[in-house]
Order: sequence, then C-alpha cells, then structure tokens
Amino acid sequence: MNVVLAKTETANATSDVIAVARDRLPGTGKVADLRRQALEAHQRLGLPHRRIEDWKYTDLRVLMREVLPLAAAPDAEALKRAAAALKLHAIAGVRRIVLVDGVFAPTLSETSDLGKDINIRTLREVLEAGDAALQAQLFAPDNSDAMVALNSAMMTDGIVIEVADNAAIALPLHIVHIASGAAPAAMFTRSLIRVGKHAGATLVESYIGAEGAKAYQVHDSLIVAIGDGARLDHVRLIEDSREAFNISSAVVTLGANAHFNTFGMNNGSLVSRYQAVISVAGEGSRVETNGVNLLNGRQHADTTLFLDHAVPNCSSREIFRAVVDDRGHSVFQGRIIVRPRAQKTDARMMTRALLLSDEAEADNKPELEIFADDVTCGHGATTGALDDSLLFYLRARGLSEKEAQALLIQAFVGEAIEQIANEALRELAISAAQRWLAARG
Amino acid sequence: MSLLEVKNLQVRVEEREILHGLSLTVNPGEIHAIMGPNGSGKSTLSHVIAGKPGYEVTGGEILFKGENLLEMSPDQRSAKGVFLAFQYPVEIPGVATMTFLRTALNAQRKARGESEFSTPDFLKKVRRVAASLNIPQDMLRRGVNVGFSGGEKKRNEVLQMALFEPSLCILDEMDSGLDIDALRVAADGVNALRSPDRAMVVITHYQRLLNYIVPDFVHVMSKGKVVKSGGKELALELETSGYAQFEDAA
Repeated sequence: MNVVLAKTETANATSDVIAVARDRLPGTGKVADLRRQALEAHQRLGLPHRRIEDWKYTDLRVLMREVLPLAAAPDAEALKRAAAALKLHAIAGVRRIVLVDGVFAPTLSETSDLGKDINIRTLREVLEAGDAALQAQLFAPDNSDAMVALNSAMMTDGIVIEVADNAAIALPLHIVHIASGAAPAAMFTRSLIRVGKHAGATLVESYIGAEGAKAYQVHDSLIVAIGDGARLDHVRLIEDSREAFNISSAVVTLGANAHFNTFGMNNGSLVSRYQAVISVAGEGSRVETNGVNLLNGRQHADTTLFLDHAVPNCSSREIFRAVVDDRGHSVFQGRIIVRPRAQKTDARMMTRALLLSDEAEADNKPELEIFADDVTCGHGATTGALDDSLLFYLRARGLSEKEAQALLIQAFVGEAIEQIANEALRELAISAAQRWLAARG
Repeated sequence: MSLLEVKNLQVRVEEREILHGLSLTVNPGEIHAIMGPNGSGKSTLSHVIAGKPGYEVTGGEILFKGENLLEMSPDQRSAKGVFLAFQYPVEIPGVATMTFLRTALNAQRKARGESEFSTPDFLKKVRRVAASLNIPQDMLRRGVNVGFSGGEKKRNEVLQMALFEPSLCILDEMDSGLDIDALRVAADGVNALRSPDRAMVVITHYQRLLNYIVPDFVHVMSKGKVVKSGGKELALELETSGYAQFEDAA
C-alpha cells in the first residue's frame, strides 16, 4: 500500500517538473514522442527503491526522495561562478567542453579548430535538427530503468562527438559538468561519442560544483559506440559537492577488435550511482573497466556494471577498489553474462573494499552467468580493514599512524589506478587520491 | 648514561604473563646477545621495546637515553633511534621499496626537526648502501619485500638500519630461515654498522649467528627472565650443554 502511494507522489512530482520544463526540452515530432514514452515509463516505475533488485542497496526513495526542478539556463553570473570553479579543477593537456547547469557553455569551451577528424555538436542541435539515425541512437537506451527513462524524458543538452574512421585523436576530450548555483535544482544531460573504425580517442568526464552549489542533482548519461578496430580510453571523475546527487548511466557498444579502457574515481557527491551496460558485440574485443571509491562522512556511492559478452574471443577485466571511512557506504555490483555463442571468453572481476571505521559499509555483489562451455571466467570480492602487522611495520620505521594508513591506502587503490592507460590521466587520479588522503588529516 | 635500561619489566599478553621482571642495561657501543629456548620471551622483549600493540606492561619500566620509552608511539621511538629488525619482515604490495625508504627516512627526520633529504642525495645514499649489501637496483623498485627471498628480506632490514642510523638496533632472530651464505652477507652488513655510539641487541636461539656477530655480553633468558649473564664464552657453553639446565633454574 505504501509503495503505491509513494509511487503516485513521485510520479506527480515528476509531472510537475516536466510541465514546468516542457518548453526548454529540445526536439519535436518523433523526438517529442520518444520523450513522452520515456516519461510514461518513468511515471509507471517511480523512483527506484530497495525492492528493485538492481537498486537494492541504493534506495532513491529514501536517499533522494524527489526529483528537483530543472535548473535555470545559466546567466552571466552563473557562467562567472562556473569559470571560477573550472580554474580550481583545471586539467592540463585536454580539449575542454563545458556544460554549466546542464547547458553547453561555448565561452568556457575549446571547440574551435577541431580539424576534419572530429565533429562536435550539442545534444540540443542534434535533437532539433539532426539526422534521424543519430536521434534514434540517442534514444537507444530502453526505458526499463526508471532513471534512464527519466533522463530520456528530460535531457536538455549534452555533447555529441563523432570521431572519423582512422583518426587518432591525441588530445583528450574533457566534458566538464558544472553546477553553478546555490538554488537546489536538477540537470539532465546526455552525451554521445561515436569512435569510427580504427580510430582512437580519449574522453574524460568530470563533475564539479561551483562555490556555494550544494544539494543539486546531476542526471547524466553517456552513449558510446566504438567501431571495429577502434579504441576509446575513458576516465570519469566525480568531484561534486558533498551534498549533491549524481545519477549517471552509460551504454557502451564495442565492434570487432575494439578496445575500451574505462576508469572511474568517485570522491565527491553525497549520493551517487553509476550504472553502465557494456555490450561486447564484435569478436576479438577487449574491455577494461576499473574504479575507485573514496568515501567518508555519510557518502553513498554505487557502481553497477553489466558486461554482456555476446560473441566469441573477447576479454574483460574489472578491478574495483573502495575505501570507506566514517559512515560511508560503497556499493559495487558487477554482473557478467557470457552468452552461448561467446566461446573463448576471458572475463575476470575483482572487487575489494577497505573499511576504515566500524560504521563504514561496503556491499560487493559480483555475479557471473555463463552459458558457454569453453571460457575462462573468475570473480572475487573481499572486504576488510587495514592489516595491523603492515601498519606496525611502517610505524616501527617512523611513519605516524595517518602516514602509515595513507601509504597502505594508496597502494590499495593503486592497483586500480595503474590500469589507466593515459599517463597524464593516471597522474591525475593519483593526485586526487592523495588529496583525499591529505584531507583525512 | 646508559642507552637502554630495562628495569624489572613485567608484560602480559591476553591475561598470560610472558615477562616476569626482566632487567637489562645496554650502553653505547656494546653488543648484547639474548639467547634462550622457544617461548622464553625473547621476541616479546623486542616487540615491547619497539612498541608493538597487543602487549600490556603491568610493571617495571624501559628508559631509552633516560626517557620513558613506554610512553612513546612506535614512530616516536623510531625517530629517537630505536630500530627493530623483524624476524619476519612483512610484504607490502603496491608500495615501492624506494618510496617506502624515502617516506620513512623523511618521517624520522621531520620528527627530529631535521630537514628532509633531497631526492638526489637520498638516491646516492641508498645506492651506495645497497651496493655494499649486494642488493640489486631492481629490488628497490619492487614492492617492499614482495617476492624477496628470506635472505633478501633480511638484507633489506640491514639496508634500512644503515640508512636510518639508529642508536639501538634490535635484531630479532636474524638467522632464522637463512643459509650460511645469506647469513654471512647480512652479518657483514651488521658488523659494518658497529660504532662506539651504537648498541645492538642480538636475539637468537642458536649460537651460530654469534660466530658472525660477536657479542660483548650474552644473556640467557628462560621463562620470562634473564637467568644468567656472561661474556661471549657463555654462548659456546650453551652450544654444548643446551638450555635444559636453565629451565630448572627459572
């Protein structure tokens, strides 16, 4: 009875959000129809709760309660605050593409002199005037997940990147999501990257809040299509305000002999969820998906990965590390399915959590479903505290308790960070971890 | 002033008393050997001096350079000049030996109010000491003790001793698990560190090690006490007569 009631309330609340936002949502005709379907799906499902198996550990009805109204389009003041935040989180040696409050900010972005190998448009442009095939691809994620459906219904802007066949894009593309304002509001963005055949590119996504931006909501999604023989390196950095919500989804498809190396580091936001569906659809492909959660206070971070091996001769590796202090809660759900045709699949997943306090919590749920008989698959999960004998050895050599812990924690997360192929980005992740450790005092 | 004074030390582990009033005085420049059968409390003594958690001191005191050692954390003791060479040095995957050595050395220097070593000076120093101990450079790049042989682990302990320049070295069963060649290399490293300002306490079950590291004093421990002290000839005596006579004495 309670469930029905809650659902109705959420649905009504979301309808209000949509009604207010309607004239800011790009696209008409077919696009508007698809939005309507997505909205209906979301309203039918309501916010995910603990009785939805995929969301068991991240009950948004308890943690988030409601979807906030759409953030206003950024004015000059908002852009100024965003620019200041950008300065604090600057990454050198990338091509920056900035979304402020969910809207492309050309003045903060470096989208000129792209050359012939990359085409970058905004989601708004593509939904308003793009070709039908690309629009269809943007709506490819189905509406079975309530938060994906909500994102499909509400997406206002985002970045659509196309990398030409055979292009080698040396400069990483960096999409920065900035929340500018103090008023609690929600951003709905969707981006897409299509890497052409035998092309190579690097994509960084980071999420930050300007000074004073607090309990905002990020609702984001990313669609990735990696062509035959192509490679994409991908890094996500969640550095949102510690009161913020970040609900992100990714849908990734790999062609034949393609390679996807992805890494996520989460040390921001109050509640975050990253759910990725990776379809290994072409033979001879490789996937490495790794991540680190660094949580304290009452932070809650959920990483839910679904790796779908549909064809033979592919490999996948997942290395995930969580460090949880105070009353933090880390969730890792990793599901690998090896379909009957996918012989010679080599899939491995290892998730480990380090609990630094008695009240810290980590849930690891690895799942392996194998329907082929000639495969190498394995998974493992551990949860524990720092090893006292290692701590004593370090302290007997002069390191203080905090220093000894920091060194061991760095080594613990290092195993996942080392998997980042791009050296500059690897250094970036290492220094983010060091900053987190330094802030522990 | 004595370097180390252990006075009437009583120590418990989980309700069981392991040391029952142990006393020991060590002056700068001296080498003391502590011998005794398994379970006599030798390693407990080394752990309590280094500050390992899990031991409850119920009586007595330990003074180091006149200061109350028992009030200091393990890292403070290390900075003051106490060094324990572990019987079983731990493996620390993911922490490169070089990083560990630099972090430890600088932490000790910082605690003493000294300036941190510059990287080139540090590297020069490590390379020189490592070469004298036959420690190859690639070992320094690996994780601390990860994949090291027993002999390499012990040499790594001696390397640290040489780098940190402590005033008191406690060698806990340094010979365990070493063949004679490995033992000789490690012992040569230790002997090179003998100095009028530095004292060593060598804990061992067997007399063998004392052929290589020749002590000034030998103490026999049994059932948590020193039951006999003497010169280096006491070790040889034990080699022929065994520990049985002391088990009764205690």
